[in-house]
Amino acid sequence: MIWQFDLIILVFLVITAIISLQVKDLLAASMIYGVYSFLMCLLWAGMAAVDVAFTEAAVGAGVSSVFLIATVFRTSRRSSD
Amino acid sequence: MKSLALISVVITGWLLLSAVGDFPYWGDPNSPANSYRLSQHFVTETFHETAVPNMVTAVLADYRGYDTMFETVVIFTAGIAIISILRVFRSDDQVASGQTVYEKRPDLIVDTTCRLMIPIIQLFALYVIAHGHHSPGGGFQGGVIFGASFILIALSRDLQAAHKWVPENRVLNLAGIGILIYAGFGLVAMFLGQNFLDYAILHKVMPATPIEARYHSMLGVEIGVAFTVTAIMYSIYSNLVSKGTMKEGL
Repeated sequence: MIWQFDLIILVFLVITAIISLQVKDLLAASMIYGVYSFLMCLLWAGMAAVDVAFTEAAVGAGVSSVFLIATVFRTSRRSSD
Repeated sequence: MKSLALISVVITGWLLLSAVGDFPYWGDPNSPANSYRLSQHFVTETFHETAVPNMVTAVLADYRGYDTMFETVVIFTAGIAIISILRVFRSDDQVASGQTVYEKRPDLIVDTTCRLMIPIIQLFALYVIAHGHHSPGGGFQGGVIFGASFILIALSRDLQAAHKWVPENRVLNLAGIGILIYAGFGLVAMFLGQNFLDYAILHKVMPATPIEARYHSMLGVEIGVAFTVTAIMYSIYSNLVSKGTMKEGL
């Protein structure tokens, strides 16, 4: 693991986590959640856990984002709180 | 109420962060997980005992096969729960009265791109499933990718276009068959006089040595997992996107 890459990924991880919780537009929140999953996937790959990284890329960044976006399209676009 | 929630979150966060100091360093050879003799056994003996180079797959599908079987059952249960909550069985005119029915024509560029991509995605999914012993991958990942290819059909054209390949009853049959394949390997081992999911005894029913029998049985249970995961992923998507009517997608 190269600590400079690690630092960049971890900082972006915290930023995306906060943004996806705070943003009012639910579609944008789902997209940023996908970015969060992809950054987690990079972290797993950096720790040589390639199986976990593969699962995170396929399930977390891929299919979960699609499920969330499909749900947003069938409910309301913006959150009320 | 909000300040109460903030206080509890801060206290929980402080407790979690104070526990981080007790964690072993990343890759520490003296950490409990690495120094316990079971981990040593997996690292040194997996290839001799099962002929599988990727020890993650060997631990997942063989040494802890019971665990993985019920992970598959968890996915199956999640799919069944979503179907039972979302799926609605109503006649056509009742559904059409409340919604605006729109005609969706496939866009030329999107349709052509997906036509080119989908066979490659499915081939890659099969590779991930079949090659999970030697490289990262396996039933879960390959099944998700395979299900994603059907989701791509539904996204690029329509839900009805995807239903031509994966009708609803076939999806549910596949999900059940996947678990039956997995449990079947365990049951055959049981009938041959060994423990549930102890694959080595299966060399009596397949042309292989006991070590090769473990190798081939792992491929078999991965295919079972892939069936269930593919079917459930597509089923969850089609139920979510059509509000359970299975009529039209996005």
